[in-house]
Amino acid sequence: MIRLEQIHRNFQVGDQTVHALDDINLQIDQGEYVSVMGPSGSGKSTLLNLLGLLDRPSSGKYFLNQKNVTELSEQETARTRNRNIGFVFQAFHLVPRLTAAENIELPLILAGVKPEQRHARVDKALEAMHLSDRAQHKPEQLSGGQRQRVAIARATITEPSVLLADEPTGNLDQKSGHDVIQTLEALNQRGITLIVVTHDMAIGDRSRRRINMLDGRIQSDSRQTPAHDPRP
Amino acid sequence: MAASSPILARPPHMILARDTFRFGWNALKGYHSRTILMLLAMTIGVASVLMLTALGEGARHYVRNEFASLGTNLVIVMPGRSETAGVGLGTMTGVTPRDLTLDDVKALTRNPHITRIAPMNVGSAEISWQGRKREVPVLGSTHALLEIRHWHLAQGSFLPKGDWNRPTPVCVIGAKVRNEIFGPHPALGQWIRLGENRYRVIGIMGSEGRSIGVDVQEIVIIPVASAQQLFNVPSLFRVLIETRTRDAMPRVIKFTEDTLQARHQGERDVTVITQDAVLATFDRILGALTYAVGGIAAISLAVAGILIMNVMLIAVSQRTAEIGLLKALGASAHTIELLILVEALLLSCLGGVIGLAIGQLGSWGIRLAFPQIAAYPPDWAVVASFLVAIVTGALFSLLPARKAAKLDPVLALSRH
Repeated sequence: MIRLEQIHRNFQVGDQTVHALDDINLQIDQGEYVSVMGPSGSGKSTLLNLLGLLDRPSSGKYFLNQKNVTELSEQETARTRNRNIGFVFQAFHLVPRLTAAENIELPLILAGVKPEQRHARVDKALEAMHLSDRAQHKPEQLSGGQRQRVAIARATITEPSVLLADEPTGNLDQKSGHDVIQTLEALNQRGITLIVVTHDMAIGDRSRRRINMLDGRIQSDSRQTPAHDPRP
Repeated sequence: MAASSPILARPPHMILARDTFRFGWNALKGYHSRTILMLLAMTIGVASVLMLTALGEGARHYVRNEFASLGTNLVIVMPGRSETAGVGLGTMTGVTPRDLTLDDVKALTRNPHITRIAPMNVGSAEISWQGRKREVPVLGSTHALLEIRHWHLAQGSFLPKGDWNRPTPVCVIGAKVRNEIFGPHPALGQWIRLGENRYRVIGIMGSEGRSIGVDVQEIVIIPVASAQQLFNVPSLFRVLIETRTRDAMPRVIKFTEDTLQARHQGERDVTVITQDAVLATFDRILGALTYAVGGIAAISLAVAGILIMNVMLIAVSQRTAEIGLLKALGASAHTIELLILVEALLLSCLGGVIGLAIGQLGSWGIRLAFPQIAAYPPDWAVVASFLVAIVTGALFSLLPARKAAKLDPVLALSRH
């Protein structure tokens, strides 16, 4: 369902061209759980942005659900992001002036969903994340773990097929980080494709497929038995 | 989870209008100090347009009313010529060689189109009665002045009819002068002192009479010959002529100019104007002034617009993460642009409305403080200031909105 063909992504830094992604070929099937690891500057974040349609490749083709998304217009790209891709960030990126419920509602607002339909879905999402009693709290009134769960609820409210997480536990303590990972894995078990970029070996070991990157290239791509079986 | 959901399949991928407004409103509420600052700028701009134009309009109406109270069908003669005609000593030096005298005025009374005529002299002198003293404007004139100026007497009688050339020791005083000098004592029949001379009070002016620069309540009126004696001036300050009809005014002007020219050895050394001409001039000046102050205030509106642009630009930079996030959540560049524009538009509308309210309130305050000035902002100023507020708000937020729309979400999100 995700297929990258000869993807290159170059940046111009001064008079030097940096190859952030250098001939990436990759296929990820629906429902996979993939961790992307590698040192800083290895291109893993660029890969994630590219998969999330926040960035366009300099050359190459990206097929999402059998559709070449590198050819989409800006408007169509935004629409695809809204419906097919969910983002979870290290810094949560909640809008501080909006409540938890309103933050979760955002993708539906941007999609033009009517308020009545939105509210039912937001309530359901809050319940699923055990945040029903925090619906009217502002982000500053929530703990780090709760904030990230709000972000996950927001990322999944449009029922996307792919969930992209960029260091989702980077700003969390051990326990909240564990909770967040379990939440993500539970979503993955229900069918969503989960791609996590991380530095954390412990998290990397939990995934069923691990991609190591170095200097814009895929160094290794291995399927593994998870260190801790996420299935209950 | 399915790749496409039934709910999302239906709506077009476009943010709803009410959600756009709600989002903008939320953003304005969320950054209230920024919002208040911009509102303040917009409010001051709109309010100052309203208040300044209200003042200008009020002044125009005030002057118009003052002239109306001056009398009808009035021709005014002033010594001195304001335009060059022929070559003479007067035209070279700007000094009038010949005075405008009481005999000149007498010569004018022959004209059948003239109903009333009042020569005038002005000056100021110290009035005193039993040790009470006060500096007052003194007006020297004749019996006809009362009717020409549509004034009213409260008590007694006005200046006596009779020979203008004979100084008579009588005076008519304004209501305020009467109160200040006599207090509870009866004033009629009392002898007061003006400068070195003594005058008997024969009348007290009603309090309603007002006219340009002169508050009738505060003046002392004496016969014109007495005034010439008191101030030791042979020339008159003005001559007011009331014509029988409005149509007769041009003929009376011509007659006056010709008569006085003949009497002044062929020299045209007086200026004859009509009240209408003066009024029209004032009207033009004050009208232009209203537009000018309105324009100046409009500049402050434009400044407010530029301020909105700057603050919105800063807001966009401050909110790069938020804008990046919105893009990640599926907002198109178009949607982002719309959100920023609507936010700015909401702001300028709100500022405009508050500005209109404060401007009306301020105009009301001006009317309260200066009851004689009807300071109502003109309709064009109300409409224009509000429109300018909105247009500048929208225009100056185009740039920030563009900037926000063009933001690279990757960069925007990486800045924490």
